[in-house]
Amino acid sequence: MSGDNEETQTTEETTMDDKETQDKVISPEKAEEAKLKAKYPNIGNKPGGSDLLRKRLTKGQKYFDSGDYNMAKAKIKNKQLPTAAPEKTEITGDHIPTPQDLPQRKPSLVASKLAG
Amino acid sequence: MAGTGDGSSDVQWCFSQVKGAIDDEVAEADVISTVEFNHSGELLATGDKGGRVVIFQQEPESKNQPQCRGEYNVYSTFQSHEPEFDYLKSLEIEEKINKIRWLPQKNAAQFLLSTNDKTIKLWKISERDKRPEGYNLKEEDGRYRDFNTVTTLRVPVFMPMDLMVEASPRRVFANAHTYHINSISVNSDCETYLSADDLRINLWNLEINDRSFNIVDIKPANMEELTEVITAAEFHPNQCNTFVYSSSKGTIRLCDMRAAALCDQHTKLFEEPEDPNNRSFFSEIISSISDVKFSHSGRYMMTRDYLSVKVWDLNMETRPVETYQVHDYLRSKLCSLYENDCIFDKFECCWNGNDSVVMTGSYNNFFRMFDRGYRQDVTLEASRENSKPRSVLKPRKVSTGGKRKKDEISVDCLDFNKKILHTAWHPLDNIIAVATTNNLYIFQEKLN
Repeated sequence: MSGDNEETQTTEETTMDDKETQDKVISPEKAEEAKLKAKYPNIGNKPGGSDLLRKRLTKGQKYFDSGDYNMAKAKIKNKQLPTAAPEKTEITGDHIPTPQDLPQRKPSLVASKLAG
Repeated sequence: MAGTGDGSSDVQWCFSQVKGAIDDEVAEADVISTVEFNHSGELLATGDKGGRVVIFQQEPESKNQPQCRGEYNVYSTFQSHEPEFDYLKSLEIEEKINKIRWLPQKNAAQFLLSTNDKTIKLWKISERDKRPEGYNLKEEDGRYRDFNTVTTLRVPVFMPMDLMVEASPRRVFANAHTYHINSISVNSDCETYLSADDLRINLWNLEINDRSFNIVDIKPANMEELTEVITAAEFHPNQCNTFVYSSSKGTIRLCDMRAAALCDQHTKLFEEPEDPNNRSFFSEIISSISDVKFSHSGRYMMTRDYLSVKVWDLNMETRPVETYQVHDYLRSKLCSLYENDCIFDKFECCWNGNDSVVMTGSYNNFFRMFDRGYRQDVTLEASRENSKPRSVLKPRKVSTGGKRKKDEISVDCLDFNKKILHTAWHPLDNIIAVATTNNLYIFQEKLN
């Protein structure tokens, strides 16, 4: 594999370039951080930094409230709700997903294509 | 014997096989989520997002082609887990197989543990190649004979039949994890195993499924104070009292079960000091360890974080003994990788049989091997274009600077949807299994 030494050198050169110019130019990581903060100014301002962790822990959470569900069912039964233009304000009870809205999670009846 | 005197410079990798569909449209269920060789390397198991397990078996080497090691063909396939909905917690439980771990073989049957986010199952895979024939009271098709017509008695015998491989669930280990299971690991005592979720690690006996011991609990009393989660855990390959677990903050804790029943106090803490000048918003995210694997010898362990692979000597906690950059050119792409969530991709890593080479995946269906002894590394690609039988894989290169050489690919042209998260190395030979999104590639060392 003749190319290997070249590749190692390229990585080393890049790193050395970074170190040399670090006084003048900020590291690529910090440059990327600046880019992100420019797009999303409020990111990372919350204390604890545990938003990401909490999002990870609550993966798979789907909210269902039987009261809201029954109220929404009753509303639809009584009258056809006019399809309003999409509004930013959400009315609780009309927009919370109901069991019918949840994608049907049926087990895979098809065999894996790896076994094909 | 893998790696006897040959470093990356000597080993050339050839395409051997590819499994899976060719279509560009990938169904969610077909996404491969785990790949694992068994202890002899004869069997190769894959798990997917659809909760299915496919096991391949290596054909014995044929005398006609001594240059080629046996091919892997389908041995058994079954539905391991199914989607569930926990109505009490309003939680959707995916059927995706997070991990498969084989038990060492003790008798004719094979056993493996497979787990999704919440439930671990022990599967028995057994062969049936004989069936009883010649019953006195039953016809061959199973109908009962009128015993008035029975005039002689005979002894039923076992007659050979076409091989049938059956998978049956022998144990279901459920309801022990509030959070999502990320790891399972069989102990070297072959009696117990551990399962780890984001905040807790439990110890099980393989025979007992209604009881589990909690051995690590890092859940804070106040969830607002949560700063790190468990990302992976593994038992030591030889010492049945030792295990390690890695965290989202880039630390690894080694615990000794002889010290206390609850191993919240680590025996060793492996952490590389961080340069405070280099700290950025991304620092913690990219330092999160996505995989930890002990070497076969048990002397070292390897960790994979977003940009690098580190080898640690268990005797030294202060810093890794080796650090390999997988794709450092991504450092200048972190902003967009954060926006498209790729920065949270969990890459795995693996050792070769004699711990001389380590391997891990990257983007664009590239995967990387680092030879620890020869200090060489190579980038290879798993693609249908290089899938002529026994064609040698050409090393690939990503160009970082302005000048792009011919055959190099620029960082901006990398396909971040083509990620290789799961790879496995045969325990004895130079045979590797590399999973792209929905295809399984098997590569072998070129033998001549």
